[in-house]
Formats: sequence, structure tokens, C-alpha cells
Amino acid sequence: MIIGQIKDGIVLDHITAGLGMTLYNFLGLDKLDCQVALIKNAESVKMGKKDIIKIDKVIDLDFDALGYVDPGVTVNIIKDGKLAKRQSIDIPERIENIIKCKNPRCITTVEQGLNHIFVLSDKENRVYRCLYCESKAK
Amino acid sequence: MRSLIDIQELSVSEIDELIAVANDIIDNPSKYSEKCKGKILATLFFEPSTRTRLSFESAMFNLGGNVLGFSEAQSSSSAKGESVADTIRTVGYYADIIAMRHPKEGAPMVASMNTDIPVINAGDGGHNHPTQTLTDLLTIHREKGRFDNLTIGFCGDLKFGRTVHSLIGAMSRYKNVKFVLISPEELKVPEYIKQTELEAKNLEYVETTSLENAMPELDILYMTRVQRERLFNEQDYIRLKDSYILTPQKLETAKSDLTIMHPLPRVNEISVAVDKDPRACYFRQVNNGKFIRMALIMKLLEVK
Repeated sequence: MIIGQIKDGIVLDHITAGLGMTLYNFLGLDKLDCQVALIKNAESVKMGKKDIIKIDKVIDLDFDALGYVDPGVTVNIIKDGKLAKRQSIDIPERIENIIKCKNPRCITTVEQGLNHIFVLSDKENRVYRCLYCESKAK
Repeated sequence: MRSLIDIQELSVSEIDELIAVANDIIDNPSKYSEKCKGKILATLFFEPSTRTRLSFESAMFNLGGNVLGFSEAQSSSSAKGESVADTIRTVGYYADIIAMRHPKEGAPMVASMNTDIPVINAGDGGHNHPTQTLTDLLTIHREKGRFDNLTIGFCGDLKFGRTVHSLIGAMSRYKNVKFVLISPEELKVPEYIKQTELEAKNLEYVETTSLENAMPELDILYMTRVQRERLFNEQDYIRLKDSYILTPQKLETAKSDLTIMHPLPRVNEISVAVDKDPRACYFRQVNNGKFIRMALIMKLLEVK
């Protein structure tokens, strides 16, 4: 299967196999009008299988969303057909307005205009808790 | 100015300081009778309460201050759909300090983010209730004279019981405290409390469904009620509410210096026959609540 090279854009590499579509949705890539390719289960020496997303445009990425969904992702910025920058992702300590609290008793379910904030409470197990009610992110 | 949303925001030395002030207030009440003269406490209770609200109000009056507020959401603009943020921005112009109870978890934190005056969390749903924990700590200190080397049993609704979660967190900071968690399977302490407060600190704890088996080793027995308002259906409430009822018979195997505590209100989980037992200290606990709140109000208003 051949997917053409991009001239100016972004390649999200080393996505954990199966998380490509989740990342596609979290990053709001469905709203782009440029070409976007999602490759599932690509062969990888390091990972066995991986997903890859190619975006035919340089856009502002939400690195917190990337780090929340899959902190192993590598972001490659392509300019004039060449790799201009490669960046790995850290697990964010705090994420805002990426996910919503599912606890029906949480104030975020009724208070308007409130940012949905989660903080990393257990880095090893990647557990995030709601800043307000401390419920675990699901 | 500083707020108090979660008991963990207070260091052990700050808690020691509050307890020392509360004990001094008990011994010398007249010394404190004008400490907050000219100050106003707003008690914003979006959920019913007897002890906590009256205790805050009594505390402020005993400090020479004044009180305004409401005791149910229906008598505030939240009944018209006003947000917590807007309510607090308004009250911030009328008062010097706020004590707030709200059924939604995290509401007092939202309040503290929207005002410059101190906000005290007076209970947010099943989440935190730091002034109850301070009350409990003052009671333990006055009854036992120490916080370390104690075996403390928590009995009843340990899942939704916010007072239990806060007190476990507070007591987990002292040396050689053993926790005995007594509850039906459906109302066990949530995993994250056990992980963060007990397992991460390598503290000894046991979980059991039998109050009778646990009784002989306890220095403190902290009873709680099954809270109808926290359960989603009436059938669950009826099935669980009679899980543990403390009677004089069950206390026959208890230590002679056991301290029996309860945050109140009780329904039927402590038989009234137990009230006469000198080991029952839940009404002394209520009294302590006023004094520790006086100490806290002074601290947050930075009154010396």
C-alpha cells in the first residue's frame, strides 16, 4: 500500500496500534479540509505494529491531547518534502478541555463556562483525576 | 487570602496549631469574644444541614462577628439557575469569609477560584468535609491525648462517607496508626483512597464485614450512617441501612477506653441506649466542632 509523500505537513509516527482513530478524533482532524491519511497496523521494527497519521498541512497540534491519548507518539514536521523537526511527546501533568468528567455528582456537570481540568495523579499507570471532584478519568 | 477546600491543604503543624488554639478557646472563651468584631461570615448552604451550619454561625457569633447567608438552595438565586461562580462573586462583596456546602463535588473549589475572600468547604457531596475532619481530630486529641499508636475502626458507609475519606487521609499522616475498615461489600472504601492514603504510605489496614470481630482491638470506633441522599435508589438504601447497628451488647467485647465517634446525624446505627455509655463521645464531638471552627475562621481571616 502506497501513500504519497507530503511536501509541507505533519507525520504522527509510532502511534500505538489501534489508537490512530482515537487520536484522529481527539485532534479534530475530521474538521480539516486538507488530505489526511490514517494508516493502521503498519509494520514497525520497534513496536511490531503501529498506526501512522499523515496530515498534508502544518497545523497547530494539541500536544496535551497527544500526550494524554498516546505519549509514545513522535511528531515529525515536514517542510519542502524534508524532515524539519522531530519531537517526542511527554505525558502532560494537566489537561484542559480535552475530556469531560463522567461523575454525575461533579460540579462540571452543571456549572457553565467551567474548564474541564484533569491532573495526572499516577504517572506510572497514567491515571488522571478531575481537579474538582477527584474522580478518575474514564 | 487562603481557603480550605481539602484537609490535605493543612500541614500537620498547622493542624497542631489549630488544635492548640481550639483548646485555648475552650479554656479561655472570653479571650476570643471580640476577635472577629466587624467581620461577616456568609454561610451558603445549598444542601440542608443542622450541625455544620449552626456550628459555623455559633463559632462566628462567639468570636464577636456577624453572619448572613441561606440554608437551602431554594432560598437563593441558584433556584433560578445562577451559577456558583456568579453567586460567589456577589457574596464576595458582602462578607469577609464564606462557609459553603453544596451537593455537587468540587463546588467549593469553583467558589474559591471566583473570589478573593477565604472559602471554607463545609461539605461538597460525597467528596470532602474538612471541618468535620478537624472536629474529629480535635475530639481524638481531647479523648486520647495523641494521634499516633492508635487502631481506628471505620464502620458503615465507607464508600460515600466523605468524613471517613477525609479522616483516613488526615490520620494516615501520623505514626503507627492501624485502620480497620468495616462495611458491607457495596459500601467499601473506594480503591483510590486505599491506594493513595494507605497503600502508597505502606500503612496497615484490614477490611472486614464483621463489626463484632473487629471490636476488641479498636481504640476508636467511628460510626457512620448509610446516606439515603447518596444512593441512587430507595431499594439499595432499605437493603443497606441496617447493616450495622451499635448496641450495648456489641460493646461488651470493646476496650474500656474505646472512643465511640459519629459525625451525626445518626438514623439508627447507634442505639440510643449507647448514649449513656461514657465511651460514647459523639455529642462532645459536636461541641468540639464549634471551637475548631472558631480557630479556623481566625486563621483564615489572619486574626491574631
